[in-house]
Amino acid sequence: MTALAVTARSPVTINRRLLAAGALTAFGLVDMLIFGLFSHPGDATFALALTGASIKVPSIHVPGGPLAYILGGASVLIGIARLAVTESAVFRRLGIAAVLLFFVISLLAWSDTGSWAHGIPVNVVSLLQGTLAGSIPLILGALAGCMGERAGVINIAIEGQLLLGAFMAAIVASAVGVVWIGLISGSLAGGLVGLILALFAMRYLVDQIILGVVLNLLISGLTGYLYDRLLVPDATTYNNASTFSPIKIPGLGDIPILGPILFDSTIFLYITYAAIILVQVGLFRTRWGLRVRAVGEHPTAADTVGIKVRGIRYGNLIMGGMLAGIGGAYLTVGSVGTFSKDMSSGLGYIALAAMIFGRWTPLGGTVAALLFGFTTALGSFLGSITVPISPFLLNMAPYVATIIAVAGLVGRVRAPAADGKPYVRA
Amino acid sequence: MSDEESVLPGPAAESGPPKPGATPEPGAVADQSAAAEPGTALDPGTVPEQRPASEPGPASERGRAPGGGPAPEPGGRESPSYSRVIIGAILQDRPAVVTVLAIFSALVLGGLIIAFSDTTVLHAWSVFFSAPGSAISAAWQAAAAAYSALFEGSIVNPHTVTAAFHGGPVGAIFYPISQTVSQATPEILTGLAVALAFRAGMFNIGAASQWIGGAIVVTYLGFAVSMPPVIHVLVCLIGGFAGGAVMGWIVGDLKARTGAHEVIVTIMINYVMYDVLSYVLDTPSALQQPHQANLISPTVATNAQLPHVGGPPPQAGLGFIVALLAAGGMWWLLERSTLGFEFRTVGANPNAARSAGMSVQRTWILAMLLAGGLAGLSGAVTIQGTAPFSLNTQSYGTYGIDGITIALLGRAKPVGVVLAALLFGALNAGGTAMEAATSVPVDISEVIEGLIVLFVAAPPLIRAVYRLRKSQAGAPEAVAKGWNG
Amino acid sequence: MDLELRGITKRFGSLLANDHIDLTVAAGEIRGLLGENGAGKTTLMNILYGLVQPDAGEILVNGKPVAIHSPRDAINARIGMVHQHFMLVPVFTVAENVALGVEQVRTLKIGSLPAIPTGLLDRKRARRQVRELSERYGLQVNPDARIEDLPVGIQQRVEIIKALLRQASVLILDEPTAVLTPGETDDLFRVMRDLRADGRSIVFISHKLKEVQAIADKITVIRRGQVVGERAPATSDAELASLMVGRSVELRVTKEPARPGDVILDVADLTVPGGTADQALNVVDGVSFQVRAGEILGIAGVQGNGQTELCEALLGLRPASGTIRLDGRDISRASPRDRLRAGVAYIPEDRQEDGIVADFSVADNLILDTYDRPPQASGIAMKPAAIRARASSLAAEFDVRTPSIDAPARTLSGGNQQKVILAREVGRRVRLLVASQPTRGLDVGSIEFVHRRIVRERDEGVAVVIVSSELDEIFALADRIAVMYEGRITGFRSPDVPVAELGLLMAGAGSEGSAIADGSARDGDNADVALRAGADDEPDSAREPL
Repeated sequence: MTALAVTARSPVTINRRLLAAGALTAFGLVDMLIFGLFSHPGDATFALALTGASIKVPSIHVPGGPLAYILGGASVLIGIARLAVTESAVFRRLGIAAVLLFFVISLLAWSDTGSWAHGIPVNVVSLLQGTLAGSIPLILGALAGCMGERAGVINIAIEGQLLLGAFMAAIVASAVGVVWIGLISGSLAGGLVGLILALFAMRYLVDQIILGVVLNLLISGLTGYLYDRLLVPDATTYNNASTFSPIKIPGLGDIPILGPILFDSTIFLYITYAAIILVQVGLFRTRWGLRVRAVGEHPTAADTVGIKVRGIRYGNLIMGGMLAGIGGAYLTVGSVGTFSKDMSSGLGYIALAAMIFGRWTPLGGTVAALLFGFTTALGSFLGSITVPISPFLLNMAPYVATIIAVAGLVGRVRAPAADGKPYVRA
Repeated sequence: MSDEESVLPGPAAESGPPKPGATPEPGAVADQSAAAEPGTALDPGTVPEQRPASEPGPASERGRAPGGGPAPEPGGRESPSYSRVIIGAILQDRPAVVTVLAIFSALVLGGLIIAFSDTTVLHAWSVFFSAPGSAISAAWQAAAAAYSALFEGSIVNPHTVTAAFHGGPVGAIFYPISQTVSQATPEILTGLAVALAFRAGMFNIGAASQWIGGAIVVTYLGFAVSMPPVIHVLVCLIGGFAGGAVMGWIVGDLKARTGAHEVIVTIMINYVMYDVLSYVLDTPSALQQPHQANLISPTVATNAQLPHVGGPPPQAGLGFIVALLAAGGMWWLLERSTLGFEFRTVGANPNAARSAGMSVQRTWILAMLLAGGLAGLSGAVTIQGTAPFSLNTQSYGTYGIDGITIALLGRAKPVGVVLAALLFGALNAGGTAMEAATSVPVDISEVIEGLIVLFVAAPPLIRAVYRLRKSQAGAPEAVAKGWNG
Repeated sequence: MDLELRGITKRFGSLLANDHIDLTVAAGEIRGLLGENGAGKTTLMNILYGLVQPDAGEILVNGKPVAIHSPRDAINARIGMVHQHFMLVPVFTVAENVALGVEQVRTLKIGSLPAIPTGLLDRKRARRQVRELSERYGLQVNPDARIEDLPVGIQQRVEIIKALLRQASVLILDEPTAVLTPGETDDLFRVMRDLRADGRSIVFISHKLKEVQAIADKITVIRRGQVVGERAPATSDAELASLMVGRSVELRVTKEPARPGDVILDVADLTVPGGTADQALNVVDGVSFQVRAGEILGIAGVQGNGQTELCEALLGLRPASGTIRLDGRDISRASPRDRLRAGVAYIPEDRQEDGIVADFSVADNLILDTYDRPPQASGIAMKPAAIRARASSLAAEFDVRTPSIDAPARTLSGGNQQKVILAREVGRRVRLLVASQPTRGLDVGSIEFVHRRIVRERDEGVAVVIVSSELDEIFALADRIAVMYEGRITGFRSPDVPVAELGLLMAGAGSEGSAIADGSARDGDNADVALRAGADDEPDSAREPL
């Protein structure tokens, strides 16, 4: 019987296989035919240390054209291998990652050798620093989504949690003058949104997707209103927060290349590290996590063994909201210091997409958030060296990627079984 | 289901059925008639007699359920007074009652927000214990001033009426209401776009992208093509519909083919289309106005513009008629056509639809296509109907998100959507006037709209606050659906 | 432990689900709780388990009143329950499910300090506990298996282990045999006797007379929310049945012998692939059979052996390979709509989920698959008057009890909802009727109506396929019985086959040779019953390991 186990799905698998192989090969061909054929003479420079950094790391110089041909060729080979050989899941993922990496390197080399770049090097460290910094609200938002959905409540209000968190952090930090209190206020604001979401979803049984969208609208209106009413007329009192300064971790921060990327940042990055580990280990290794997942998969079963379904859901939504609130606080007291209207600008929705992309797991969501963060950082770098590619086309890349991912992943991933369904005892 | 009347606010909708003495349970009668097809009105008097007739069967087990209130004996021993019947009918939890109370509650909360974000009021309240009266009156005045400015900016300004009596322009009286209608026009259409998808069981957050899809096509057809007057208008409208329909079709097709959840896909397509819009407006060979550094399109030809009724300044144009026609068409589609029956069946229970031989996938695609078309039409009437008759990166405004709130408030029914859009149009138009007159930011309209929808979506909350009786016949409390279906 | 329920009363709306129920269960007793569907058995037990709060009455354990407001209170009172629908998280392992709610956590020991609980799960201990209990009662459950990969019989044992781990003295089993083969039922009874020997009490809820008679020490009969009698297990079938239903019932449907005509449905090598990666086996695996006009083929088998998927494949709701012929015409590639048009009628298994649109009116539900046919519609426009006329006549013909055809279908009782579906499906020109679990959860009156109507369709020359996990229903209706096990038909039998033999087939133990012999002897049609078993053990060339 077990030998029969795989017969059924072969046509689908073959289609998927063709599609995947085709896509990988296409990336390789783009590398060769565009970045290779239209390459510019000269070397691209990849700098591996920040300008003015105390630790010097030699930069890497490579000719753009040959590099693109080599990497493109490698990508095509990976594509062919995908079609010809049956690979394990790990190898499939590694293959996709490699092809994407090769594409990005070819793109950067092509951009950097162009006349528009004026020999400015591609600073890998600053690119990745930007990626990490930009990913903080996305990761925390995705974790917030995970906390809610693993317990069976859909949280579309991440956007609102980020926005209200940013608003409260700015206004409180400005008024009190202590950034830490701003951070805590932002977190509490996110938690408050989580509480409201929980209340309406569970006590008043409002459809959770609708609820999230409406809460986002409400928070956008409310912060916009208060911004015009209070923050604009009296900006020095209410919208003039100072920001956290970076903390360099002794020892780790001095590691060449990795140090400045990973261990020389504001407290927000370290909070994010801690949050990722706590949520991942918590959900999959602890008693609490087992109960949360039971509530998200089969609340009636959880109830019949004496687990408080509502209690878990309230708790998770509030805690998740607090994480997202910290992500919001990062937008103000973690970076620019001042609040502006609708400054979360869709990050919450991307965080939601990252969570789904990451298959409802904290680590997966984190990886997806980093990918989104990287595209943004890449876009702003390319913009800074005035590459003749429309910035708008670069901007839409993460969204298009999400659509493709959502369309391609469905059927292979599933949300927690009770996700979005209110629990009502018979 | 086919209960168009119930979206009408106020007790007027209830005044028909209840007859004193004839009905042991007013709510039951109201519900009975609500379920009847319009035009085949069930005589309410016959209902109590029908019920005992079906008593012996198990069917009457639940049908007899009198709801949460004290259960009157079947057969109507007591004959309640007329006023009790009326009050009972009002307090019976019905959609219209919940909607009215939700709007009322949101306005009260909005007033409190206005009052307590006013520095004068805050100052008065900081000395509340020395002068409580002045604190309360300061709060009242702040809210009242804002709301009256809002009213004057959206419905009618008494000064213009007085002025008209003294020889002023009569047209000026209608200026505020024309602003309201003008604001409402595109939002009726995006509201219909969201509502239509709702009825087929989908949540269309992508009205903004569909609006942009329509607007891009309309703008191009409007300036790049030359056509005779009426035909050019029609071609542009159709083009707008088609542009939006393509955007909707993508969503429906992805859902049907791969199962990709439409909420995620529409959110993402919105962002893609914001960038696409900027891109085409940034590309001279596409939509960018020649010799322009700004992201703005050329103006559409006069032949393609929708004529205004009554000339300027009132902006209510032919677009409003287009929107009303679309609402009428959607009503017919949903209530009187086989296609609409499929939409509604798939929306209410896709599994049963499949068992009955309907193609759920086809329905999803068609519903999203038509929904997208309606949102695209919204783009068309905006570009063709309002100054500056051109497209820029901000043209889509909040039409998409407002479409969601309007569809929710209008309970996804065409008549409800039109009324809800007019209400929100009034809030937006009045809000702008209010900001000018009282320096209360227009964003308060958004807050009030959000609160209205939040309350409308949570009937149990309204019921708890206003002590309404629970609706009988066990209407489903929750329609929540998750990612999995 | 002695358990006593006194005056338990529960009202849902106007429905009095429990009406002053008194029940005493002594230690070491197996109490049968007998009653038909909707009699209030499950409500009573949900009250006992704290899932539903009674309006009146009290619960006493060892003579002392206990307050049970939640399952946790029930667990603390040492009451355990195996629900009709298992309360197991499908994606968790056995050990995780058993541990849920009483999880052991690892502790951290630093020097001589007191141990600190870390909150980290102690999976090893959970596995060991499952293994111990499993061995002690001969349950044979692997603690590391995922629930969704286990057959329902094993899942039930996991539920029993769950209760035992919580040291339940009173075990409530709600319709436990509904999902079991006769053989598995015997195993369950053995476990129940072992538990009784340990001094535990068991409440065995069922609507199956014979099973209650076989295992219970004493039988309590419930009807319409009231206790209508207590009897010894030796009481006659007829007496128990009339107590249960309130009048004497015919346990068999009266029907003439079948007069099979031409072959209407001809299914050859039908295979339905499993839907998900987790479920890679074919759920229907090379099934072939024929059904003739005027004949009822009853498909027996434990639920979840591919019957549902077979029905859905017959209607085109699931992708399948193989051929399906209706009246000689190949409809394997036809859409569900075209199959319905060609004369297939379909009564789905889950009436709420797949059968009716609860929010639609009765009228709309009655025309749910003829809404676009004349006279209900002309072109794309629907004709409300014609729809109402058709709905009214169907509702009258099928005795649908509803205040009005405009009432939402949601407000109808289960029996009347089923009549709506039946009316809709057989109210048009029909060649083949596919009915899956057509009387599940219905009261006796509705069951009789549905059965009579199905037989009438047969007598009018319709080919009928009935899927039922209730052997009584199969015996009552079928002219020929096919048994499904793991997606295959393990044998065809005549309705006078002994239950034990069907039980073996339901457990997959049928010998193919005898099945063919039996089938050909009865029907004189070899192709009809030729089993494909074995043919699919050969490797599939298109197969690709994941």
